[in-house]
Amino acid sequence: MKIPNRLVVFAAAVAVSLAAVAATDISGAGATFPYPIYAKWADAYKKLTGIGLNYQSIGSGGGIKQIKAKTVTFGASDMPLKPDDLKAAGLLQFPMIIGGVVPVVNVKGIQAGQLHLDGATVASIYLGDITQWDAPQIKRLNPKLALPSTAIAPVYRSDGSGTNFLFSDYLSKASPKFQSSIGANTSVQWPTGIGAKGNEGVANMTTQTDGAIGYVEYAYAKQNKMAYTLLTNKAGAAVAPSAESFQAAAANADWVHADSYYLILTDQAGAKSWPITGASFILVYKQPGDPAPVNEAMKFFAWAYKDGASMAAELDYVPLPPPLIAQVKKSWVSEITSGGHPVWSGK
Amino acid sequence: MNRRALRKAKNSAFLVLSLIATMTGLACLAAILWTLLSHGLAGMSWRLFAEMTPPPGSRGGLLNALYGSGVMTLLGILIGSPIGVLAGTYLAEYGRNSRLSTVIRFINDVLLSAPSIIIGLFVYEIVVVRMGHFSAIAGALALAILAIPVTLRTTEDMLNLVPIGMKDSSAALGAYPWRTTLSVLYPAARSGIVTGLLLAIARISGETAPLLFTALNNQFWSTQLNAPMANLPVVIFQFALSPYKDWQDLAWAGALIITATILILSISARVILAMLQSERGSGR
Amino acid sequence: MAIIDPRHAAKQLIYERIFRSATLSAAILVLLILGGVAVSLLRGAWPAISHFGFSFVTREIWNPVTDEYGALAPIYGTVVTSAIAMLLAVPAGFGIALFLTELCPPLLKRPFGVAVELLAAVPSIIFGIWGLFVLAPVLQRHVQPWLIGHLGHVPYVGNLFKGPPFGIGVLTAGVVLAIMVLPFIAATMRDVFDTVPPMLKESGYGLGATTWEVMWNVVVPHSRVGIVGGIMLGLGRALGETMAVTFVIGNAHRISSSLLAPGTTISSAIANEFTEAVGDLYTSSLIALGLLLFLITFTVIAAAQAMLRRLESRGGFAA
Repeated sequence: MKIPNRLVVFAAAVAVSLAAVAATDISGAGATFPYPIYAKWADAYKKLTGIGLNYQSIGSGGGIKQIKAKTVTFGASDMPLKPDDLKAAGLLQFPMIIGGVVPVVNVKGIQAGQLHLDGATVASIYLGDITQWDAPQIKRLNPKLALPSTAIAPVYRSDGSGTNFLFSDYLSKASPKFQSSIGANTSVQWPTGIGAKGNEGVANMTTQTDGAIGYVEYAYAKQNKMAYTLLTNKAGAAVAPSAESFQAAAANADWVHADSYYLILTDQAGAKSWPITGASFILVYKQPGDPAPVNEAMKFFAWAYKDGASMAAELDYVPLPPPLIAQVKKSWVSEITSGGHPVWSGK
Repeated sequence: MNRRALRKAKNSAFLVLSLIATMTGLACLAAILWTLLSHGLAGMSWRLFAEMTPPPGSRGGLLNALYGSGVMTLLGILIGSPIGVLAGTYLAEYGRNSRLSTVIRFINDVLLSAPSIIIGLFVYEIVVVRMGHFSAIAGALALAILAIPVTLRTTEDMLNLVPIGMKDSSAALGAYPWRTTLSVLYPAARSGIVTGLLLAIARISGETAPLLFTALNNQFWSTQLNAPMANLPVVIFQFALSPYKDWQDLAWAGALIITATILILSISARVILAMLQSERGSGR
Repeated sequence: MAIIDPRHAAKQLIYERIFRSATLSAAILVLLILGGVAVSLLRGAWPAISHFGFSFVTREIWNPVTDEYGALAPIYGTVVTSAIAMLLAVPAGFGIALFLTELCPPLLKRPFGVAVELLAAVPSIIFGIWGLFVLAPVLQRHVQPWLIGHLGHVPYVGNLFKGPPFGIGVLTAGVVLAIMVLPFIAATMRDVFDTVPPMLKESGYGLGATTWEVMWNVVVPHSRVGIVGGIMLGLGRALGETMAVTFVIGNAHRISSSLLAPGTTISSAIANEFTEAVGDLYTSSLIALGLLLFLITFTVIAAAQAMLRRLESRGGFAA
């Protein structure tokens, strides 16, 4: 039987495609919190070196799962893993960038930075105790604002998320009822509201639904011109989200004494501190089976620490302070090894 | 009102309702196509076919997603349709009335309507977990499994339509069934089998759920079959649910491309089938 | 002559054996695929099944933190959205089939029929994004407030329409599903109605029956089995639909009496959570949901196919 020539040519093309060697791309997965800045960095790094960062923004829970399953080179999580979990999994954790989670609202007539809320009120909204925008608790904090009687539609993260962890941690600290009935974690049982996937999903759903309130990383609120709110911090002052207020919260952090960099930055003291600040962490194996991609990843991170700082500032993320970067790099050299030698080829 | 008038009124009422139902159905189709066209065309540009999926906040295209979908659909058809055609041939030629054939036909029809997310889970368990990572080949396998029932059904139906006289004359000349099938039946049923292929392609190019946990997605250009590969449906899923205008525009443009492709394939299939039926009808 | 040459004949026989086994293997592969799906789902779901036992199907809780899972909310959502879809699509599909077979001017029959089938060809993700961006705002701003205002206070029925108008939710998902399933039901019913022998209908008309009376008293009873089969096939599709529902269901693992509340279905829960499920019990619970969906849809579709086959084999004569 004659085999059509076209078939032969096609089979050859497939074989060539199979053998095609692409440039070694770094693969990572996890938090959506830092995704806007990771994506910007990846774009710039690719233009510089030709190496791409394939980052799946699937939520901190997904990032932890993928790195534990060894399907990616690094995982990203906004909830720091506890030192025991890290030891058991053989992972090294280090902070990459600092940012803030901000409540955003979609209420007719309310612009960005106009609405003022506090932790207890937000907790009550998400508990389902406050159901309308003109409720007395909200009116009390905003005497000069015209609040409609629209029903409140709380939007929460339906996926395993570090942003979720930061937000629920803050609400647990602000409201004992929230602490006891819901608690703080990457995924919690929200008693009411709509679930959406990723910071992107929450931003989208909040923009789509009248009367919605959601919580997203500040870059999402800024990039999509959403109406973020002011919050009352621990010192009792009403503060707006900005690189400045995130930095104020991070200033008190004692990284030197934090075991495996485990530090939670919510509800920090300081008149200018933003109450829902958090660091986003990277997870890599201490003794990777294949050191080459890990080395590429470390080179990317080192570049991001140095040359990526200005891009981060544009999106109101807070780059790590230099002493912390030096401390992290020391950890890379001493902890990430293969055959006794450090994997990272830099210094 | 006397009984006759009542019956007439009832008749008119139900007929009007059925007209309304039809109009509603057509209105929904029109609304969906209209939305697709208006949003999709707005996002169309030459960029779509020249650039990769961009990071949020930048403009870009869908090239890697188009390529990925094309490759995985092609592989899925290449793997699935031979199996479907061969199996359909068995049912039409060898196992016409056997118990096994009845069971296989039945199972095939069940697979035809089965939720595609289940197939995705199946391929995840046997391929992704074994390989340790997501891959285009896993995606292609999931699509292949979805293509098999369509091609099997069409092939069997088309082969059964070939006039029995042709089969008998071939057998009378001393040809074995394999020879009859390859030299007489396949050429005679050619357009029907091609229709089956078109329908299978139309079916699998729009599927999202099976690709979600097999091929995943990829921001960049990738031709590696054992790595995650970008594809149009998952990109649409991700971009549509994002708050970025650029991404949403790309999602609509991608949706328009997929729908246009599938509609063209479906219409072509019907045209071929219609030509086939008129050929048969004109007393060949 | 070539036919008498023994070597040639032997080769032909070998080819025949190869071809026959190739086709047989391909056919058996179909069985193996279905079997494989069942087995792999069972294996994947086993940790969850053995851990939770039957209570998995009766609990509402879904907490990935304490590793407590229950399938009740997804099952409820799947059943309710499919029920809404069928309630809306079956009468509409019946109406369309009636129109296409009895009322439609012959010239328009083809294009209208094609238009209905084109709706079936549109991929489900398109329904999802259309539902989220076009339908949901319309429902939120106009339809749902009307429902809450006018029906919310009716005793018993009112409970179905309580709560803030989110736009998305169980009702929206049901409507989107209805539009998705409509073409299948309409096409199947139309095909079934077309198999009714014209003589039966003519006898009805001959006795002075109106179009509707012929429809209701002759065509429908005659194609009873086919109609039910078509409905069940549509139901099978609705139960398993993922993308159309995921965009508009609201992703809440909660059971609520109100149709306006967000919920979840089995397939949207799997689609949303699978890639991020941390921990074996979580993943296994999601696969267990998949197994449940497989069992439910398999049963419905198998029954539907059995009914449609009975209709075919009877050749259209009245029972």
